[in-house]
Amino acid sequence: MDFEKGAFYFFAAILILAALRVITARNPVHAALSLVLAFFTAAALWLLLEAEFLAIALVLVYVGAVMVLFLFVVMMLDINLDRLREGYWDYLLPALIVAGVMVMEMAVILGGRYFNLSAMPKPSGAAPDYSNTRELGRILYTEYVYAFEIAAVILLVAIVAAIALTLRKRKDNKYQAPSKQISTRRADRVRLVSMPSEKPDSGEAS
Amino acid sequence: MIPLSSYLILGAILFSISIVGIFLNRKNIIIVLMAIELMLLAVNLNFIAFSYFLQDIAGQVFVFFILTVAAAEAAIGLAILVVLFRNIRSINVDDLDQLKG
Amino acid sequence: MDMMNVYLIAALAPLAGAIVAGLFGRQIGRAGAHWVTIIGVAVSMIASAVVFRDVMQGNLFNGTVYTWATVAGFHLEVGFLIDQLSATMMLVVTSVSLMVHIYTIGYMVDDPGYQRFFSYISLFTFSMMMLVMSNNFLQLFFGWEAVGLVSYLLIGFWYTRPTAIYANLKAFLVNRVGDFGFILGIALVFVYFGSLDYAEVFELAPGKAGDLVGSAIGVQWPLLTAICICLFIGAMGKSAQFPLHVWLPDSMEGPTPISALIHAATMVTAGIFMVARMSPLYELSETALSLILIVGAITALFMGLLGIVQTDIKRVVAYSTLSQLGYMTVALGASAYSVAIFHLMTHAFFKALLFLAAGSVIIGMHHEQDMRKMGGLRRRMPITWIVSLLGSLALIGFPFFAGFYSKDSIIEAVHLSQTPGAGLAWIAITAGVFITALYTFRMYFLVFEGKPRYEAHAGTESAHNDDAHGHHGALDPHESPGVVWWPLVALAIPSVIIGAIAIEPLLYGGFFGDSIKVFAERDVVAALGERFHGWLAMGLHGFVTLPFWLAIAGVALAWFLYLQRPDLPARIKQALQPLYTLLDQKYYMDRFNDWFFAGGARSLGRGLWRFGDVNIIDGLLVNGSARLVGWFAGVARKFQTGFVYHYAFTMIIGVFVLLTWWFLRI
Repeated sequence: MDFEKGAFYFFAAILILAALRVITARNPVHAALSLVLAFFTAAALWLLLEAEFLAIALVLVYVGAVMVLFLFVVMMLDINLDRLREGYWDYLLPALIVAGVMVMEMAVILGGRYFNLSAMPKPSGAAPDYSNTRELGRILYTEYVYAFEIAAVILLVAIVAAIALTLRKRKDNKYQAPSKQISTRRADRVRLVSMPSEKPDSGEAS
Repeated sequence: MIPLSSYLILGAILFSISIVGIFLNRKNIIIVLMAIELMLLAVNLNFIAFSYFLQDIAGQVFVFFILTVAAAEAAIGLAILVVLFRNIRSINVDDLDQLKG
Repeated sequence: MDMMNVYLIAALAPLAGAIVAGLFGRQIGRAGAHWVTIIGVAVSMIASAVVFRDVMQGNLFNGTVYTWATVAGFHLEVGFLIDQLSATMMLVVTSVSLMVHIYTIGYMVDDPGYQRFFSYISLFTFSMMMLVMSNNFLQLFFGWEAVGLVSYLLIGFWYTRPTAIYANLKAFLVNRVGDFGFILGIALVFVYFGSLDYAEVFELAPGKAGDLVGSAIGVQWPLLTAICICLFIGAMGKSAQFPLHVWLPDSMEGPTPISALIHAATMVTAGIFMVARMSPLYELSETALSLILIVGAITALFMGLLGIVQTDIKRVVAYSTLSQLGYMTVALGASAYSVAIFHLMTHAFFKALLFLAAGSVIIGMHHEQDMRKMGGLRRRMPITWIVSLLGSLALIGFPFFAGFYSKDSIIEAVHLSQTPGAGLAWIAITAGVFITALYTFRMYFLVFEGKPRYEAHAGTESAHNDDAHGHHGALDPHESPGVVWWPLVALAIPSVIIGAIAIEPLLYGGFFGDSIKVFAERDVVAALGERFHGWLAMGLHGFVTLPFWLAIAGVALAWFLYLQRPDLPARIKQALQPLYTLLDQKYYMDRFNDWFFAGGARSLGRGLWRFGDVNIIDGLLVNGSARLVGWFAGVARKFQTGFVYHYAFTMIIGVFVLLTWWFLRI
């Protein structure tokens, strides 16, 4: 049992436990926090796999931003906890069957001789001055620059979409609505009335 | 010496846990969203593992993009959830049947 | 003058007249319309006479005038075949047509459709000319259909009358049945001979004498027999042979001039002409000739019987026409083609004469057509009387008159013929002589002799009394105007003399030459020629033959029943009531056709509509497919529950299934 194996099994166990906690927690805040733990552990596993940049990015971006957002939303919504747990265990058996069979199938395939994993030995590891960040950066800005730009646009779209969905207008806000301006009809605004030009009693006006 | 298959099986287990989570959490939309994040995590783990064992950095590039898109998707999903909650005051999945055919 | 131009003038002059009168009738007025058409037909007649003389000098013509279309290397052409047969027909058609045109000036004088009528009869003349001058089957068919069309237009000339419309539709439909056979015949010719040109077909025909043609039911027919019978079916429709004769009596709904022109002299003879023209084909098929004999014999006898019980003067002449057409058909069946054409020619003259004379009587009686309300017109309408008498004598075959020569030649020819069925035919046509004399002179005595019966019925004139005389009370018939009786006289002259003049050259003088072909073993005309000693001898001999005695017996019986003892006919009718009803109902043929064919077609249509259209197409296919889609959509709709987790489940289950399936494939 060398260090690597031990670390792997340790982190794998925590990861699985945290995942189970996510889906079974009664309190959504607990679930969110368990998910944070799962991400941290996954980041550690990625470090084992020499993907340093992504491991840190996972923590910074995912945990730091997305999970915080989740927590915001969970705490903002006023949820009635009791009603949420009704009928929770109804579908447990089918779910376990489906999930269990899927795992078993994948395990059989992945561990079996068909996958030919012996052809993929563990690589010798990177050189000491190997910078994963630099490599990633180098390839992102040359070969995958188009996808990179599109990802940026996706993020922009997400910003706009999120704001557009949730923006509440101020009620005392005055604004022009050009579409309404154009769609008015003369009949709604103007009415011709026939009237005498003089009042009948004008008589001795000064 | 951890073989590749261990990482892949770990990813498979995570994936199926999140599926169970979707099956079970019919009353709480937020947990479903979290389960989806877990699914994405499982997939990312697969990619990184393959990238390491095949010594090809393209796997990590792909994870990079998956992270980006997942973040965007989580943001928008939560925005929809907030607006939904404002209108129907509940996150019970059973109440969300207005698209019923 | 180049003969081609003469041929074209003969064919196209009536067409020009028809177009001018038809399109510009209102602008040129009544006089203009009749002048332009009469000039057209007169020019055509002169041209026909020129052609006739040219042909007599031996100049025949067979060639293409105009190529209408070329389809896949096959030429559809307009061409002329000018030989003795077609020259004879051209002359007959144009001369009778001219007489009818002149007559119409007087007959239709106060009809609002005056110009239209002239246009139609000129158009008819053109169509008939194209028919007889054609040199290929396609043009023949064009002329055939065109005369059918104009006949339809003319029978229904007074189109506001329901009876006229029924009649013209009946004529067209029955003709269509005949045309169906005709088209089949032409198609057979085209398929098996590869050409529609007469000359080519006649040349190839003997080589195909033994060929067989298969039919849908697997039975093999001799090719030429099939072709000849199919073509003859067309002739049965057009020439009103039994059982496709039903339209001719109803065609009397049209004005009298067209009854004379179309349904006595020209259109109905198109079938006779066609068979004579196709004699090279018919000679090769004895079966077809036998069929022709039998059909003609039936028509000749049974239609004559119907003429005895008619009360409408035009109907009597109509049934007489049917009977005489039967005679011509019998002659064709006995391979005596030249005799048939000879009878066609004499019949054209005296039958047109009889029709026009009947029309003159009708005008004089202020459009009364019922013979029971006539009588004693001999003194009132002398010219009409004398020409009717001459026409009647010609019709019954009184020696020296035209009809005698042609009719007796037919009887003799059939007597000599060895074709199967000839014996039966001879009995029928000889009996028919008696019948013919009976109804002809019945008509004559009822109309012209005896005491006038019309004053007794003065108050009950027919409703169609819109003349300008304003008569109420007693009727005062007088002779028709000159424009009416001049054509009668002009037609009476050939009815008397043309038989004697033409018999020798036509039948025994080789007039027809190569235009008619007869095989030696069936050549009865040649056999007759051996006994022929000139028209005078034949005429004198005629007084001692069986047909003459039968004719005299018929005249005597008519005289007895209708002049001496006018009460007898009513008592005979009562005594033989069932027989009378059979004849009165025209052998129930109209009722049968109406019930079986018309009613059957209607039932079939109704059945197909109810079952096929409503049930299957509307119900099953159209509405059924809509219902199916609706049902399916109703089922598929249940997938859309609106619950997101159901959708998620579906996706997961889908992934699971895929995974399992791929797993099992390994």
